[in-house]
Amino acid sequence: MEIAVCLKRVPDTAEADVKVDATGKDIVRDKLASTINEADNYALEEALLAKEKHSANVTLVSVGSQPSEEVLRMGMAKGATAAARIDDAGLGGSDSIALAGVLAAWFKGKSFDLIVCGAIASDDGNSQVGPALAELLGLPHAAYVTKLDIQAGKVVVKRELEGGFLDVKELALPCVVTIQTGGNTPRYASIMGIKRAGAKAIEQAASVKPDSRTQLVRVYVPQVVSAAQMFEGTTDEKATKLATLLKEKGAV
Amino acid sequence: MSSILVLVEHRQGAIRDVTFEMLTAARKLAAPAGGKVEAVLFGDGCDAMLPGLQSQADRVVYAAGPAFKDFNYESYQKALVKLVAERKPSAVLIANSAFGTDLGPSLAVALNAGLVSDAVAFTKADSGFSVSRGMYAGKLVADWSVGSEPAVIMVRQSNFKPEPASLSGEVVRWEAGDVVSGGKTKFLSLEEVPTTGIDITKATIVVGIGRGIKEAKNMPLVQEFAKEIGAVLAASRPVVDAGWLPKEVQVGSSGKTIKPKLYIALGISGAFQHIAGMKGADTIIAVNKDPKAPIFSVAHYGIVDDLHKVIPVLRTKIKELAS
Ligand SMILES: Cc1cc2nc3c(=O)[nH]c(=O)nc-3n(C[C@H](O)[C@H](O)[C@H](O)COP(=O)(O)OP(=O)(O)OC[C@H]3O[C@@H](n4cnc5c(N)ncnc54)[C@H](O)[C@@H]3O)c2cc1C
Ligand SMILES: Nc1ncnc2c1ncn2[C@@H]1O[C@H](COP(=O)(O)O)[C@@H](O)[C@H]1O
Repeated sequence: MEIAVCLKRVPDTAEADVKVDATGKDIVRDKLASTINEADNYALEEALLAKEKHSANVTLVSVGSQPSEEVLRMGMAKGATAAARIDDAGLGGSDSIALAGVLAAWFKGKSFDLIVCGAIASDDGNSQVGPALAELLGLPHAAYVTKLDIQAGKVVVKRELEGGFLDVKELALPCVVTIQTGGNTPRYASIMGIKRAGAKAIEQAASVKPDSRTQLVRVYVPQVVSAAQMFEGTTDEKATKLATLLKEKGAV
Repeated sequence: MSSILVLVEHRQGAIRDVTFEMLTAARKLAAPAGGKVEAVLFGDGCDAMLPGLQSQADRVVYAAGPAFKDFNYESYQKALVKLVAERKPSAVLIANSAFGTDLGPSLAVALNAGLVSDAVAFTKADSGFSVSRGMYAGKLVADWSVGSEPAVIMVRQSNFKPEPASLSGEVVRWEAGDVVSGGKTKFLSLEEVPTTGIDITKATIVVGIGRGIKEAKNMPLVQEFAKEIGAVLAASRPVVDAGWLPKEVQVGSSGKTIKPKLYIALGISGAFQHIAGMKGADTIIAVNKDPKAPIFSVAHYGIVDDLHKVIPVLRTKIKELAS
């Protein structure tokens, strides 16, 4: 069985001060660390579990500039079989459906049984690429999957719905699934794995011309309108004020 | 502008709130431009939902049949492609929900339409629409322009306030026909994640912990703190994903919605999926070392500091006050 995983390298902004750059359309990235997109880490794990259980090959693909190879190498260090990087030159400002088109062009002519994406990219938060890619390839898909069970000619998935419900459904293979966080425990790469991955070749591919139907106009930092009463001072002073408040609220 | 189609999202016989949020937003968008709002209901035996929709829309397009018994993006997509070709709407609004995410992107591809997901605001532009959405977990807003029609807009849940209306939209019974047969996916069942022990929706005081807790070894600190103030411990999604607390104590759109008297958020950034689950608390206190964390936009009281420093001192102060 042939499985592909789409990996995105994203800036780690969880604790960073995000600033808009001079173009007004992107963020200042030079001081930010980058990592594999959180959901993609779970997607990769799902593929690696399937590799062990069904003796599959796992091929990684990422659209990005040269540093994206870091996430591909990390994926190979964890056990993926092969990796490809599609260069993102000329893709600035294109939307997620255009990006899905770039991936689809790479997938055309190859025969994967299962394509696994993350549910959502932590930077753009679009949740579009997986289902759009599936449609472009004429394949069925399931988004927000937290449980994936590969059977003969089909997969049974559990899709996470709002408010603690799961949508259980069956899809014919080949298909595309997007994996939501939490359904497995992503492994760490071993030192040996990292050494081996360092020596592996990464296929280099060029992007087709993107076709965006939407245009990014600008990005900006929203005004946080906070009506919160902020407790100021030293940690000790702040804690004292909070303790008093908790007492007022009946928690002490 | 021609019409705005709003896809009615329903589950287990009930229309989901986001539908009324979208209908409200659609009316505000359509009214000044002279457009009409059409609610699109796909379902099997959903006639009881019609009156509630008629008051909210200029028209209700209702396609009934077994193909729509359970949500299935394939049937919905094929039917919508046919409906859009007939009605030529300016925009199609779909919830940015788990159902909507399964449908919206592939629908946009099938329609060769521009798509913006997670929309929080939209206006009519000279040609097409201008749509705002969040990025980087709410740290930025991005404005997108969709120049072509129809635009497919996936609307963030719990973002627009639903408002009452007193329209009396006509019901148009519409046949999707055989386009909806023969899919490659099959609905099997709807499962409810069982609550095995703690029901956080019943708690008066809730301490919510987020990724700021950093490591499993820091859990006892907050566990003891919660116990001391008579609170139940809950969490944001990453803490549950990491396996440090069970799924049933996850607060947010894919977890529980809670309305305690007091919610104390420790090391939680305040992503909208989290806020959706706790913004109804009477009093919200947030401790976060990032002064720009979105959680402060819903908090009533805030402390910008390291929670690992604040909590130990706070516990001492509480003991002093209690004695
Ligand atoms: C479909 C979908 C459904 C989702 N459903 C939910 C849901 O139901 N519930 C939910 O919570 N999330 C949900 N999410 C995830 C959500 O988007 C966020 O990723 C998540 O809420 C972030 O959790 P967090 O605030 O704990 O972590 P982060 O966003 O990583 O924030 C951590 C915060 O801790 C602060 N911090 C770090 N160290 C310290 C310290 N020492 N002291 C004080 N503060 C510190 C940081 O400044 C930061 O603000 C969902 C996502 C998707 C795509
Ligand atoms: N540049 C990229 N390269 C490879 N995969 C990507 C890329 N961008 C997005 N994806 C995949 O699509 C998923 C959803 O992304 P998005 O639709 O942008 O939220 C990600 O989790 C990845 O699996």
